[in-house]
Parts: sequence; structure tokens; C-alpha cells
Amino acid sequence: MEGKKIRVLIAKPGLDGHDRGAKVVARGLRDAGMEVIYTGLRQTPEEIVKSAIQEDVDIIGLSILSGAHMSVCKKVLELMDKYNFHVPIFVGGIIPPDDAEELMRMGIKAVFGPGTPIAEIVKKIEEVLGVKTNT
Amino acid sequence: MSNQTRVCSNNDFFQLLERVKRKDQIALARAITLLENEPENALSIEELYASEVNSTSSYIVGFTGSPGAGKSTLVDSYVSMLRKTGAQVGIIAVDPSSPFTGGALLGDRIRMKRHFTDDGVFIRSMGSRGCVGGLNDAIFGVIMLYKLYGFDYIIVETVGAGQSEIDIVYVADTVVLVLSPGGGDEIQLMKAGIMEIADIFVINKADMDGSDLLKVNLEAVLKFSEQEKSIVLTVATSGKGVAELAEKIESHKFFLKDSGEIEARRLRRLRKHAETIITRRVRTLLDDEKDLNGKVSEFVERIVSKLCAS
Repeated sequence: MEGKKIRVLIAKPGLDGHDRGAKVVARGLRDAGMEVIYTGLRQTPEEIVKSAIQEDVDIIGLSILSGAHMSVCKKVLELMDKYNFHVPIFVGGIIPPDDAEELMRMGIKAVFGPGTPIAEIVKKIEEVLGVKTNT
Repeated sequence: MSNQTRVCSNNDFFQLLERVKRKDQIALARAITLLENEPENALSIEELYASEVNSTSSYIVGFTGSPGAGKSTLVDSYVSMLRKTGAQVGIIAVDPSSPFTGGALLGDRIRMKRHFTDDGVFIRSMGSRGCVGGLNDAIFGVIMLYKLYGFDYIIVETVGAGQSEIDIVYVADTVVLVLSPGGGDEIQLMKAGIMEIADIFVINKADMDGSDLLKVNLEAVLKFSEQEKSIVLTVATSGKGVAELAEKIESHKFFLKDSGEIEARRLRRLRKHAETIITRRVRTLLDDEKDLNGKVSEFVERIVSKLCAS
């Protein structure tokens, strides 16, 4: 129980109401020994970044199915610059391959489509953070 | 853990504390993480900023009660009330960590969305990390950080508490116990433990069937208590009754200050903090003890095999 835990913010920006994927990921990361802060539906980029700051998370996961992934991610990255708070971001949802590439170029660390095994997400998070969960 | 150097060697922590004093939220959040990972860092705050921490008038309100009773939603409503007065509010919301993986789903923040972009409100979610009293050993240090930052109100929300998770009584100035209809009959209200620690009782979800009966039963039980205790009916989702709750908290605050009881509660908090530090040190000593864990499990196996054989 001692020592550092990976803290993850799982947030759902935008207007769509499909949060099953976000919940499955949140639960899966919990089972991988991480502390997961779940902030629920319809979050603005400002709310997401402020929450990430206060919770001092190591990484942010954004679940986006509305098609607004480009503008949302751009805005979140801008706000991170504004507040001088930088942590890696991964995105899950329905993201066309071309957009996924563009997101990675913008600085998003990983994009996960439907059906991605939780183990793969855990592995990627550990790789990005350069740590190993203590489970 | 046992030597002083480890506690004080953390230069980063010192620098963070200076920034916390200047109301830097990023620094506050980082410092909390360092405290969570090593609760003894609290000693550095004590060492360097004892006068600042002790002279602030931050008032600590604890919210406890069973899972789903509406603690987070009530905190959300209460904070809106406090913000109208201009008070700055720091919230600590604890949720359980898994005893198996150490992971946690921290879901209290989701009820407090309307305060996410308000710079006068700071919300931090914490896992209980193996502590069983409804809080987390780092809580005392986090409260010191919040005082250093200068919040007017510090709100501590426990994990969903059953009957014996009562550590909040060692932390808060005012303890609010949140009940909701459907939690059992008056025998449940007569039991020792959590029912004894509340200063204010809230019956939340008061628009649901059974809340009137719960109030009658609660009044009957409270007749036996030495101090007069208030009961407030609320509907946290609509904000109904929350103004009355805020008033009751204020009058309890004045009562504590007037009677000098607030100082007794502060000392109780400091004592408990010292105890948790000592307990952790003892635990570390035991963990460091060679083969102790091996010996214990060997002993457990011996007993189990004996019982299986007979």
C-alpha cells in the first residue's frame, strides 16, 4: 500500500453521452493498481485541466466519441501550456486513422480504438510514464 | 523512515511549501502527492511553518456516512453556500483503495463539477491506501497544507462509512453524519460507533419515503445524549435544507469557540497525528524485521493444517 501510485484522470469531454468505454477503462486501470479519478460526462477542456492540476495526476485519458477529438485535444494541450502543467494524454474512442496520426503529431501519447484490451492500455501507460505498477 | 534525515532531505518539498504559502495550486497538489507517498513529510511542515499553520482560522468540517447517502452531493451544495460568502474552500474526499491491488476508483469529484473552474475551491481525491478508519494517514498533513494555503473552510469527506470508521472525529472540528432513509430501524441508531461521533445529523434524501420515521427514531435516540444535537433534513440534489445545515454548522462553530472546546479538538487532532506517525514507524520496523512475514505465514499455515486435520 506504500509509496507512489500512478494517478490517472479519466474524463469525457464533449457532448456525447456514451461513457461505457470510459467506465470500463477506469475500472480496468483500478484493477491494475492505479488511482483513477473519474470526472464523468460533458467536461470542458478547462474543467479537465483544472481537475488534473488539483489531483496532480500522472496522465490523462480522454474518451471522445463525438468527433470533436481534434478541437478538444488542441484546446486541452493549449490550456496545459497556459497553466504550465504538462502530463501525457491518451485518447480513446472513435478516431479515424488519419486523425489519430495527427493527434500523435500534436503531442497525444496514444490513441486507443474500440476493442483495445485493457492490458494494452496499462502497458502503454507504464511505458509512457517509465514505471511499473506494483501488482 | 525512522531517521530524521529522510524526513527533511526533501528539498523539493521545502520549495513547494513556499509556493503553497503563495497560493500556488500546482504546488499544493504536488505537495499532497508527496505527503500521500510519505506521510511523515508532515513533520517538515510542522518544523518550518508551525506558527503559520497554527495561527490560521481554517475551520474543518467532516462529512461521514454510508456509501450512497449523498455525502459528496451534500458537500457540493454546502460549498456553493460557502462560496456565496466569499470563503475559500479546500476539499479532501477519500474513497477506498483496493486491498488486493492497491488501486482505487475515486469518484467523489464527479458530484462537484460546478466548482471545477472556481479558483476559490480546491478538490483533492485520495485513496484510503490501507487505512481502515475511513480516512488516510496523510490526511493530517494535507490539512496542514490546506491551512498553510489559507483556506477558510477545510472539508473532509470520508469513505462510505459503516459503523466503526470513526477517524473523522480525530480530524474535524464539526462532524456531520449523513443518513438516508432505508438504513435500518432504530436499533441501528442505538449502536455504538459512528452514531456517537456526530455533532450534526443530516437526513438526506428527505423527499423519500421513510425520512419522517427516521427523524422520529433519531430524535428518540438523541434524547439520551448529553449535548443537544441538531437534525437537519436535506435534499442534496436540489439544495433543499442545505442553508439550514450551513447555519447549524456555523452555530456549532461558535459553540466550540465559545466553550473553548475547539482547542480540545485541536489537541485531539495533534495527538492522533502523532499516534499515526508512531504506528507507521513501528509497522516499518516490523516490516524491516527479517523473516517476520515469513514466520507469520508459516504460523498461519501450521494452524490451518491443524484445523483441517482435526
